[in-house]
Amino acid sequence: MAPFFKYGFFTEQTGLIIALILGVSFGFWLERAGFGYSRKLALQFYFKDMTVLNVMFTAIVVAMLGLLLFSLFGWLDITKVYINPTYLWAQLIGGLILGVGFAIGGYCPGTSVVGAVTGHVDAYFFLGGAMFGMFVFGEMFPSLEGLYNWGAMGDVRLSDVFNVSSGVVALAVVILAILFFLGGEWLENKFGKEGV
Amino acid sequence: MKEKPYWSPYASGLGLGITLLLAFVLMGRGLGASGAMMRFTTALVDLFAHDHVMANPYFAKYAENPFSNWLVYEILGVMIGGFLSGMLAGRNKWRTGRGPNIGKHKRWLYAFIGGAIMGFGARLSRGCTSGLALTGGATLAVGGWVFMFAVFAAAYATAYFVRKQWI
Repeated sequence: MAPFFKYGFFTEQTGLIIALILGVSFGFWLERAGFGYSRKLALQFYFKDMTVLNVMFTAIVVAMLGLLLFSLFGWLDITKVYINPTYLWAQLIGGLILGVGFAIGGYCPGTSVVGAVTGHVDAYFFLGGAMFGMFVFGEMFPSLEGLYNWGAMGDVRLSDVFNVSSGVVALAVVILAILFFLGGEWLENKFGKEGV
Repeated sequence: MKEKPYWSPYASGLGLGITLLLAFVLMGRGLGASGAMMRFTTALVDLFAHDHVMANPYFAKYAENPFSNWLVYEILGVMIGGFLSGMLAGRNKWRTGRGPNIGKHKRWLYAFIGGAIMGFGARLSRGCTSGLALTGGATLAVGGWVFMFAVFAAAYATAYFVRKQWI
């Protein structure tokens, strides 16, 4: 039964090799989508190229439905799949800060790695900046600890806070994704789609 | 070789989604990126100031065997996969991503500043677009969705002020 690693199908060493292989696939698809190129990512924020939103929501819907179906068929124990713990205010504020950095820097951490290996010089400056920002966070950590833990809610899912079943949340996510796809296409046409 | 066009966002999204699903099924965990960067940062600081790293609880957490880690191997894979895809499409060449109205040196400065802001934000939120928005989004984690909407809201609000960089 899945997740295989949690049921002892293979060792931690094998897990690292799987990490490498999954990483190859992750990097490949990011590059295929055009995410190694900062301007393509940033044009999202001017409604001229909605690729970021389309790729992210397609990926979320595919992985989410896969998890739910496998768990429904009894192939996967969902309680053994890692869920990001929620720290509501820390993640809201951190997200706002990260978003500002996204519009200015043009990359996010994963895409900047793809940008760097495909020869984008700005990605190297971004990576240097990101490591500097993380260093500053680490240095300031003792005084940031309260903020870092603000809004701790544990491993909560949307279905817990809205008190509905996972299936209902999944349906809402699928509808939201379709609305984003259609809305994105409309916005691209309105704001002048740019083929990059 | 002439550069080939990017693939459809839906095809790429499907590929990414299946990769993420495989990570859940095989390992019981999702993908990520900023965690690996934190480890590289810590290792670098550790080279110059070991006692300082050990005295700081946040750095110390990442300092023990910094590279024998799932996310570090995954990011090494991302480098290989990104390079291969770029090579197959004839896209691997030196250049700077920027709009028509900004010079490359200014763009490098903005890239560093934006990166620094993002690095700080990613540590505060315990994840970035891959580790929190994508992985948390697919597992329907509350924090993942709050984070994702915060990222896009702030990026759209900031875009106007940096438009000379991109359009």
